Amino acid sequence: MLLLRLLVLGAAAALGTIMVTAIRALPAGASELPARLQAALPASGVSHPVTAVLLNFRGYDTLLEVAVLLLAVLGVQGGRQRNRGAATGPIAPQPALQALARLLVPPMIMVAGYLLWAGAHAPGGAFQAAAVLGGAAVLLRMAGSIGNWNAPQSALRAALVAGLLVFLAVAAAGLSSGSLLRYPSGLAALLILLVEASLTVSLGLMLAGLFLWQPDAPGGGRQ
Amino acid sequence: MNIMFDLLLVAALLLSAVRALTVREPFRAVVLFIIFGVLMALAWARLDAPDIALAEAAIGAGLTGALLLDTLGHLNAVARGERR
Repeated sequence: MLLLRLLVLGAAAALGTIMVTAIRALPAGASELPARLQAALPASGVSHPVTAVLLNFRGYDTLLEVAVLLLAVLGVQGGRQRNRGAATGPIAPQPALQALARLLVPPMIMVAGYLLWAGAHAPGGAFQAAAVLGGAAVLLRMAGSIGNWNAPQSALRAALVAGLLVFLAVAAAGLSSGSLLRYPSGLAALLILLVEASLTVSLGLMLAGLFLWQPDAPGGGRQ
Repeated sequence: MNIMFDLLLVAALLLSAVRALTVREPFRAVVLFIIFGVLMALAWARLDAPDIALAEAAIGAGLTGALLLDTLGHLNAVARGERR
């Protein structure tokens, strides 16, 4: 066992050394992409290059990524449905954590809103804001303030897919000006904000659902 | 000054990663994984990638850590025979 671990460690170290050597052998400044990105940035609707690439120049990747996340949440649900006896039961309210949650969750929601808005001109964006919202949900769950989603109703399920649907609708609307996901010039900033806002809500719910969505155990579960 | 910080960060990353994989108790491994996530967020910040640093801190360290701890709780309960 120890020999196997040493072998794996050695192989990983060798691979790491090879990769570091290869990257250091690359000539600096070899790609012309940064210059082209800076040239095309004013036309993209946002002023932060990362957001422009994520939501405009390579918007397809983001669209498929959101679909993959939705599939991941559904896949986790499939596993949990099969293993129903393992659902986490209700957590007793923890006073210290609840006090902390009362202090932290409102600023976390504000930070999420700020990250969403700031994504246009500074580091931020939909995924970061959604991650903060998911973290707030996990904090509330651990504090015992909210319970699991045992059987989400249609409103929650609709909110889960709303981000992907809005993104798809915007992509389809781009058909009128040429190809899929081509924003009409002048509307790019507005459409990006719309897509990011709906993605924030949906992705936040998806990340929270990864933790909170536990189907009912047969017979009521652990009390 | 910066090079010292970077070297320490790299050493801490490697150390926490190796320890997370080799320690016996799963709880310690999960805690070391969370530590690795936070250090990784620092590394992304040092590499001038603040968007990835934000996402790594929240998702890699926070959400994945919480999910792993939840799984650990289930495994412990199964091992104790409470649940199937």
